[in-house]
Amino acid sequence: MTTTSPQPYAHPRDDRQPPYLYPGYGSTVKRAPKRPPIRLDQTISEVTGPTFSSGGWAGPDLADLTHQHKGEPLGERIIIAGRVLDEDGRAVANTLLELWQCNSAGRYVHEWDQHDAPLDPNFTGVGQVVTDAQGEYRFLTIKPGAYPWRNTHNAWRPAHIHFSVFGPAFATRLVTQMYFPGDPLLALDPIFQSTADEAARNRLVSAYDPNLSEAEYALGYRFDIVLRGRAATPFERSA
Amino acid sequence: MAAADKLIPTASQTVGPFFAFALNRPEWTDLTEGGAAKGETIRIEGRIVDGDGAPVRDAFVEIWQANAAGRYAHPEDDREDKPLDPNFRGFGRAPTGEDGVYRIVTIRPGQVPGRGNALQAPHILVSIFARGLLKHLVTRIYFEDEEAANATDPVLNSIEDLAVRKTLIAARRGSGGDKPSAPPTYRFDIVLQGENETAFFDL
Repeated sequence: MTTTSPQPYAHPRDDRQPPYLYPGYGSTVKRAPKRPPIRLDQTISEVTGPTFSSGGWAGPDLADLTHQHKGEPLGERIIIAGRVLDEDGRAVANTLLELWQCNSAGRYVHEWDQHDAPLDPNFTGVGQVVTDAQGEYRFLTIKPGAYPWRNTHNAWRPAHIHFSVFGPAFATRLVTQMYFPGDPLLALDPIFQSTADEAARNRLVSAYDPNLSEAEYALGYRFDIVLRGRAATPFERSA
Repeated sequence: MAAADKLIPTASQTVGPFFAFALNRPEWTDLTEGGAAKGETIRIEGRIVDGDGAPVRDAFVEIWQANAAGRYAHPEDDREDKPLDPNFRGFGRAPTGEDGVYRIVTIRPGQVPGRGNALQAPHILVSIFARGLLKHLVTRIYFEDEEAANATDPVLNSIEDLAVRKTLIAARRGSGGDKPSAPPTYRFDIVLQGENETAFFDL
């Protein structure tokens, strides 16, 4: 690998990522490009990206969302833990994870969120950590509520937590949502359903893990995040 | 590892409309660390619009670029003949406002190698996130006043339609008559859909 022939990141299979246009999710209709994106051979620009360290320039870790205010937030206390890996199962260490969510009543701390559910003065819903050498992370928070949205009549988003992950390169950047097992709203949610492949969709659903739960304190859910790995063979120019 | 043994990558999902309270970091809109970074300070601003030409107020952009000497602050760029700048990380993030406009202060990037022996023209990588984008969009900013370098840039030249290629060129707006010392502003509008749609890349 050199700066003039960097090993590219593998291209994802089309059915394992959502399309840009997915009419069931109405907001895609005016925002999805009409032209297909232009295939670009990755250069040193795409295989590099911002680097982070714990407590570094991204700011201090915020791994506990339940003690950011005077009192404790209402809701079911949960632990979310997992690993950030690449497709080959290798740990993605020292990468920034940002997380955001609504409160247990289904309301975000955002001026545009006008859902008629109470704000919780003891909950903001913002977390961040940098993964350790094994790619592991852990958050303590409360389970977010489901909430209505205006995509279609009487539509409800399943409970979810937004995750933003960088990985080692510009090309590995990912923003996704974590869901909870057994949620009946998943089958009806166009955002979740927009990824065609069932196995890929199921990767977005966390797993209840009794070993992660803490007795008489919090329920544990495991959520591993898999980023693009390097292509199997280095790119060769045909010219 | 055989293809069948590989783990399935996590699918992208939209950032939705309610991310600002978590992701907005005003300090990340100025990559120069208040002017400490080496190089020519520049401003980049542009409006993000949808297929109706309406401003997209629930979006943010992230940028990634080389320093003024043309080196990335990343271990994989190990060209020691190009100095790192301890005051320049190369990464920024900026939200759009009610008018759909984002604003970033940075430095003009140096040139970096492309594939083979080609040198790339100065450019900035851009990711766009918004409600309605199930996965983020990727584009590149080039500079109108880098004509010679742009003319031989392999990525620009790979786009045959000149009108599409032109969407990647930021227009220089000068620095304004009142403050001749103010940094130049480059305008880079992003059209998500329709006429003059921005060129987006599939990495």
